[in-house]
Amino acid sequence: MAKTPTTKSGAGDAPAAQQISNRERPAEPQRYEASKEEMLEYYRQMLLIRRFEEKAGQLYGLGLIGGFCHLYIGQEAVAVGLQSALDSKTDSVITGYRDHGHMLAYGIDPNVIMAELTGRAAGISKGKGGSMHMFSVEHKFYGGHGIVGAQVSLGTGLAFKHKYSNDGGVCMAYFGDGAANQGQVYESFNMAELWKLPIIYVIENNQYAMGTSVNRASSEDQLYKRGESFRIPGIQVDGMDVLAVRGAAEEALAWVRAGKGPILLELKTYRYRGHSMSDPAKYRSRDEVQAVRDKSDPIEAIKRELEAAGVKADEIKTIDNEIKRIVAESADFAEQSPEPDLSELYTDALVEKY
Amino acid sequence: MTVMNMIEALNSAHDVMMGRDPDIVVMGEDVGYFGGVFRVTAGLQKKYGKTRAFDTPIAEGGIAGTAIGMAAYGLKPVVEMQFADYIYPAFDQIVSEAGRMRYRTAGEWTLPMVFRSPYGGGIFGGQTHSQSPEALFAHVCGIKTVIPSNPYDAKGLLIAAIEDPDPVIFFEPKRIYNGPFDGFHERPVTPWAKHPAAEVPEGYYTVPLGKAAVAREGNDVTILAYGTMVHVALATAEEQGIDAEVIDLRTIVPVDIDTIEASVKKTGRCVIIHEATRTGGFGAELAALVQERCFYHLEAPVQRVTGYDTPYPHSLEWTYFPGPTRLGIALKKALED
Repeated sequence: MAKTPTTKSGAGDAPAAQQISNRERPAEPQRYEASKEEMLEYYRQMLLIRRFEEKAGQLYGLGLIGGFCHLYIGQEAVAVGLQSALDSKTDSVITGYRDHGHMLAYGIDPNVIMAELTGRAAGISKGKGGSMHMFSVEHKFYGGHGIVGAQVSLGTGLAFKHKYSNDGGVCMAYFGDGAANQGQVYESFNMAELWKLPIIYVIENNQYAMGTSVNRASSEDQLYKRGESFRIPGIQVDGMDVLAVRGAAEEALAWVRAGKGPILLELKTYRYRGHSMSDPAKYRSRDEVQAVRDKSDPIEAIKRELEAAGVKADEIKTIDNEIKRIVAESADFAEQSPEPDLSELYTDALVEKY
Repeated sequence: MTVMNMIEALNSAHDVMMGRDPDIVVMGEDVGYFGGVFRVTAGLQKKYGKTRAFDTPIAEGGIAGTAIGMAAYGLKPVVEMQFADYIYPAFDQIVSEAGRMRYRTAGEWTLPMVFRSPYGGGIFGGQTHSQSPEALFAHVCGIKTVIPSNPYDAKGLLIAAIEDPDPVIFFEPKRIYNGPFDGFHERPVTPWAKHPAAEVPEGYYTVPLGKAAVAREGNDVTILAYGTMVHVALATAEEQGIDAEVIDLRTIVPVDIDTIEASVKKTGRCVIIHEATRTGGFGAELAALVQERCFYHLEAPVQRVTGYDTPYPHSLEWTYFPGPTRLGIALKKALED
């Protein structure tokens, strides 16, 4: 992107496309300079998500997971890069129905996630939520929402509370390119900017809303611009590069924590699998998917960085084996846990039983 | 006649009507190129072009409002709401605009339009992909609500709905898209091909709105059902050897009270079954109507078998689902009282 001189606000360089005079802009994010240890951790987390999702796909095929199941494979760098910059003690996260990766990236036990997918009592929502409806207040993970776009307004409310109680926290509210067309997203944008709420709106643009590509559903397909008319600045980020993602997170957090209100990140990413388990994905070619896998895979990319940083092959192998063990254990746990007791049917519909 | 499952029958209804009337347009999330999440609109865009079968952004409120404007100005939109659970953002438009337009323009503006939506549970969809919100719409005056239970009715009712001059909500029980599910979830799935109602004419025909069907004749008890529950009722009566009359309502607004009244007066007993939650469900309306019309013919209190007053659980789905066991208990109670 071309650089232009900064405006009088002195916010640093901003891409020409985003430049509107008289408005302060965030600086152009820099690719994060991670230590070897940090990179190993990103690798570990991204690999955990991928192997976990592959296993979930297998369990679905075996009939152990039923209903709807949306895999995060291909998008790992987004949740890992962004959430590695958050403070899980203070910052809240909320997302849509493709939620397994965000939970793993926030340190939630794979066993209880997998057990939720198989609908078991040990699942994080006692099996009653399922793949799309998982929560952990303890981890400040607020779901897991099956209604497209609904979580964006909820995230705005979480941010309101962060500001109201002055707890220093920030809400990270994820949604997809499809949800970006829901009206309530824009109602939320308006309120968030009006009240200068500490929220990072994250559009995970994986190019397809189920079977509809972005440019067939969005009159402005450069989604990072969607906040402009609300004075919410936007940044477009390479969502396949975990270090670029982390760099963008740093910039966004600096903006939001400085009390400047919401910011919008558009993460350009790609899902390798179908929208859900029943999607034959005829709306795109195999070549297209293969090309992304070959050229832009986020896990292969960080692996190359690790090799360049002098990490030995057997060190990587050790991580691979460890992940394999964790995922296999989660599958065993999810398979062996009992289903919820019938008495659970009526619990938690309201606080009191009726 | 051709053998069709419910998806094919609904697809055929679209096709027949689009071929007859250039004012009919099909719109919704992924209905054009992709052919709909359950493939009900497959092939329509290819055949009729992108101006008549087109994809919308994911924005149910906007979709409904735009479609209402189109209908007010002479088109006949057939809108797919991808899941009934997604219809709530459009609720404002459907209630306050679609439902009221004819009344507040003294009949000047009418809205010949259909909102179709896959609905109901039985496919492990969890709380946001399993709901049965028909009672919410039945409560709104100015719109009609239709719920078919088999391929023949699905096609005929959808054509009637498209031709109807008023807005119609058309809920398609997704559990029976591919086969008549009777609630015995551990038994092998039956395809529609083995069911007589899968014999569907290829061309135009209608099944009138507001007219129930007697799905099974009987003398001892009347079961009022619609959608998936018709099959649960038929199987339960058969397996338990109960001489039950099963009424398939097909349309809940307007409801065919005459057929209900005739049956209950004959049997003297009535059991109502639906998948939606119990409190304020359409079963409550039916029970009220039955006692208003048939009180002195009733031999026992009217029974309701319904989903529980909880969100649709992901696990425990078959506990929530009002299947043959629970219906059997209610029938026994109605017969013994």
